[in-house]
Amino acid sequence: MTPELGQLALILALFLAIAQSVLPLIGAWRGNRALMAIARPAATGQAVFVALAFAILVWAFLHFDFSVLYVATNSNLQLPWYYRVAAVWGAHEGSMLLWVLILNVWTLALVLLSRRLPEAFLARVLAVLGIISTGFLCFILFTSNPFARLLPMPADGGDLNPVLQDPGMTFHPPVLYMGYVGFSVAFAFSIAALLGGSMEQAWVRWARPWTNAAWGFLSCGIVAGSWWAYAELGWGGWWFWDPVENASFMPWLVGVALIHAQAVTEKRGSLRAWTILLSLFAFSLSLLGTFLVRSGILTSVHAFASDPRRGTYILCFLAFVVGGSLLLYALRAPKVAGGKAFALISRESAILVGNLMFTVAAAMVLLGTLFPLLGDALNLGKISVGPPYFGLLFPLLMLPVVLLLPFGPYLRWGKSDLPGLKQVLVRVAVAAAACALIAAFFVQGQLKAIAGVASAVWVGVGVTLYVIKRWREMSAGRRYPAEMTGMLLAHVGVAVFLIGVMLSESLSVTRDVRLAPGQVAAIGGYEFRFDGVTQATGPNWTAEQGVVTVTRNGSPVAVMHPQKRTYAREQVQTTSAIDPGITRDIYVALGEPMDPNHVEGAWALRLYTKPFIRWIWGGGLLMMLGGFVSAADRRFRLKREVEAAQPSTVTLKESQA
Amino acid sequence: MKLADAMMLLKGIARAVRNFSRERPLTPTLSPEGRGSKSAIFFVITIALAIAVNTAFAQAIDPLPFRDHAEELRFQHLTGELRCLVCQDENLADSNANFARDLRHKVFELMQQGKSDAQIKQYLVERYSDFVLYDPPVNHRTWLLWFGPLLILIAGGVVVVNTIRKRSHAGTPAAPTDNGDDW
Amino acid sequence: MSRLLPFFAFVLLAALLGFGIWWNSAHDPTAVPSPLINKPAPAYALPKLDEPAQTVSKASMLGKIYLVNVFASWCIACGEEHPVLMLESKNLGVPLIGYNYKDDSSDAKAWLAQHGNPYDMVIADTSGHTAIDFGVYGAPETFLIDAQGVIRYKHIGPLTPEVIAQQVKPAIEALQHPTPSPPRGEGRGEGAASP
Repeated sequence: MTPELGQLALILALFLAIAQSVLPLIGAWRGNRALMAIARPAATGQAVFVALAFAILVWAFLHFDFSVLYVATNSNLQLPWYYRVAAVWGAHEGSMLLWVLILNVWTLALVLLSRRLPEAFLARVLAVLGIISTGFLCFILFTSNPFARLLPMPADGGDLNPVLQDPGMTFHPPVLYMGYVGFSVAFAFSIAALLGGSMEQAWVRWARPWTNAAWGFLSCGIVAGSWWAYAELGWGGWWFWDPVENASFMPWLVGVALIHAQAVTEKRGSLRAWTILLSLFAFSLSLLGTFLVRSGILTSVHAFASDPRRGTYILCFLAFVVGGSLLLYALRAPKVAGGKAFALISRESAILVGNLMFTVAAAMVLLGTLFPLLGDALNLGKISVGPPYFGLLFPLLMLPVVLLLPFGPYLRWGKSDLPGLKQVLVRVAVAAAACALIAAFFVQGQLKAIAGVASAVWVGVGVTLYVIKRWREMSAGRRYPAEMTGMLLAHVGVAVFLIGVMLSESLSVTRDVRLAPGQVAAIGGYEFRFDGVTQATGPNWTAEQGVVTVTRNGSPVAVMHPQKRTYAREQVQTTSAIDPGITRDIYVALGEPMDPNHVEGAWALRLYTKPFIRWIWGGGLLMMLGGFVSAADRRFRLKREVEAAQPSTVTLKESQA
Repeated sequence: MKLADAMMLLKGIARAVRNFSRERPLTPTLSPEGRGSKSAIFFVITIALAIAVNTAFAQAIDPLPFRDHAEELRFQHLTGELRCLVCQDENLADSNANFARDLRHKVFELMQQGKSDAQIKQYLVERYSDFVLYDPPVNHRTWLLWFGPLLILIAGGVVVVNTIRKRSHAGTPAAPTDNGDDW
Repeated sequence: MSRLLPFFAFVLLAALLGFGIWWNSAHDPTAVPSPLINKPAPAYALPKLDEPAQTVSKASMLGKIYLVNVFASWCIACGEEHPVLMLESKNLGVPLIGYNYKDDSSDAKAWLAQHGNPYDMVIADTSGHTAIDFGVYGAPETFLIDAQGVIRYKHIGPLTPEVIAQQVKPAIEALQHPTPSPPRGEGRGEGAASP
């Protein structure tokens, strides 16, 4: 009975979403307050019913309701409860429901936290979110119903892919979706501004905290996914430029450009059309990502099961939303450049250059990801595009950004003078060169590592110098506004990330060895002694567990337990042992016994040392923190009523004259 | 959702996941497709089974008798750039597939014979097409891939330069700080 | 006008994605087209399955047009293809050689005994090394090799009656009766008269 209730809840949510989409738009167009007022209650109601449907699905998983096909396919009697909850979003249908749930979370947050936005504007924003919700709810109800029944009910279900049975799985999709879906708010704000026709820059100020928060979530989600791949997938890799990874990275790149462009538009009134276009791009890429992962047109270990019908549906929805928004942009975006002028040497120019690099980077990732498909379409043959391509072009494109980064805070809006900047340049250059020389001694001339140290110091010292400058120049309480603090945190995150990437990539050592119990192998300054294999068990698996003792110059460092787990349905999963550290990770994976009949004999093992690899995720988390801290700036919270037309604002009518 | 379809689905899933590689379990499509896609699915499941049944546990962990560390590094780098054809987007170094192991051994054998990286890649491309390279070749077919980003960068750069030019001639820029900011 | 650029770019993108969906439903996305078509087959020398002392080599097969069908006892799709081969092998007009790929000989023999043996000859590649030279990456795969030892056609995946009628047989026809001047259509029309 209950799964049908879930379906009913979704149907009701759909009706409310349709109401939320259509009526407030008409109301805003006609100035009909009653219709506009429908937006909030409709959105709230929709959120309630979607949450109810989601809760019912979780309930079905927790109570082993194998009469629901989705539950039977993705869980079984031995699966622990926490992975049964994660299994809710483990496959296509449930993850779509999660998508809609999170869209409603953001919508509800808007409803609750945006009481002082002008009525017509908010009505339009909620209507746009309603349209997106309608599209996805229709998609779920017509093609991907998680509540479909399986009768007669089997005694036990299938299994959640063991790769997904990991804490990372519990965390990564919801957080990632918070980011992905969160860009819909900036999207909705832009559409509302385009529809409304009044181009006060105030609307960008309202949009900024939402955009920064969404970007923060997306950063966290990507970090979580990368960390999970590292810990769970067994081969010490943290990023593979896989199509699905790229699908999350493209919105992130455009998101970086967007948060900076929004700053320019909010403070100076310039680049309005570009900011709108970027927010349309960011969410379009989110939708594109959703499409790519489920349509089956790209090969990926991450991809959900594909179905051309589903792919076609999402494509049509994509065409409507993205095509419609871009058409609206072409018709209604400001044609005349507004806002304050700026010189060649100014913060605006630097942000513009940065925007260019990030946008080209996103385009490059899109090109590389879709090129195999293009190859099929244009009969160019079957071509693979992988890490060698992306790993070459991406750093090249990011180099100008890294070089400009220390100067960001020092540059002034409008016009900056060179002497002050020259001083900064000299200081960061000297610091970077000095540290590079020192590093050269330690890393035996590995260029990548030296470049990593140099670039990280370049950025880090730049940030530090600015922090000191603010401390000296401003009085307590006014030194570090939240918006600035967020910016500084995120930029430090870049420096930390650079250390992590460059050092781990150049200094990591990997070796496959064959060790009998008692034998020792040495890599990266550590000795690894294999102490044989024992048996271990878990809630739904049994494993062969190796014991590896790690020492450094004789003193013990760690005892590691890599496992080879066999799950309920005979799936085998390698669970590597990781000894985490701030300056290095030690990583051991168990292979196979040399002789399958003598598991007490020698085994194959893969040993890794990975210097500074945690700094990669540390940097990412700092960026996330920066996004959240920026979003929390008091300046963004509306304390007073927003006035309709100010002398400083430029309305669309004026600019079109 | 007929019972027969559902049971076939579960059986197909059970069969497909009886493997030791990182290939995702395949779910046969539920829509009534023609023979073609069903056979394709069986074919891929066959590859999955090949991995399961053929040797005990084929694994990416594969100690080989390298002459020295430099050779090992070269092998790791090379297999990192080659694609496992039967996997869903994995390279030879990371794949558990049986076929990947065969190709790795072939690469090792060719390295021992003194072939260069380019020759080894050439050998594989002759048999498996450019698809086996994760580093796409630079030729007339891939010029868009390799030079597209540069073209976009140039186009964007022109726009940025024009924008800055327009804006810097637009008049005297206002005071550097604004909006209650002091930075 | 330049404001419409993003819209047009998106239209192109959507067209590409739409093509992708269509292409995926019409083709096997895992199939890798062989670069060895119209190139000489590798020089192979493999023992027969039932008489390991005897070797079949490319040289020994020169002068004959023949099909090579890669199969194995562990291969599910081969089991699906097998009845089709049992039915059609006599009608092909050329020898059908079974290529036992990475299989245990006793398993293979038992499998053939159980399901029937449509092959004129079966050769065994236990290690799979020679298969790499053929560009084989899974089973079943089928090659058509001409009298000069050149690979003329490859099919990836199980053979079906449709594929045999529409692709394999015409390819064999073209090799058996090479018609230099008349257009291909005529020859194929005659050949395809029978289902």
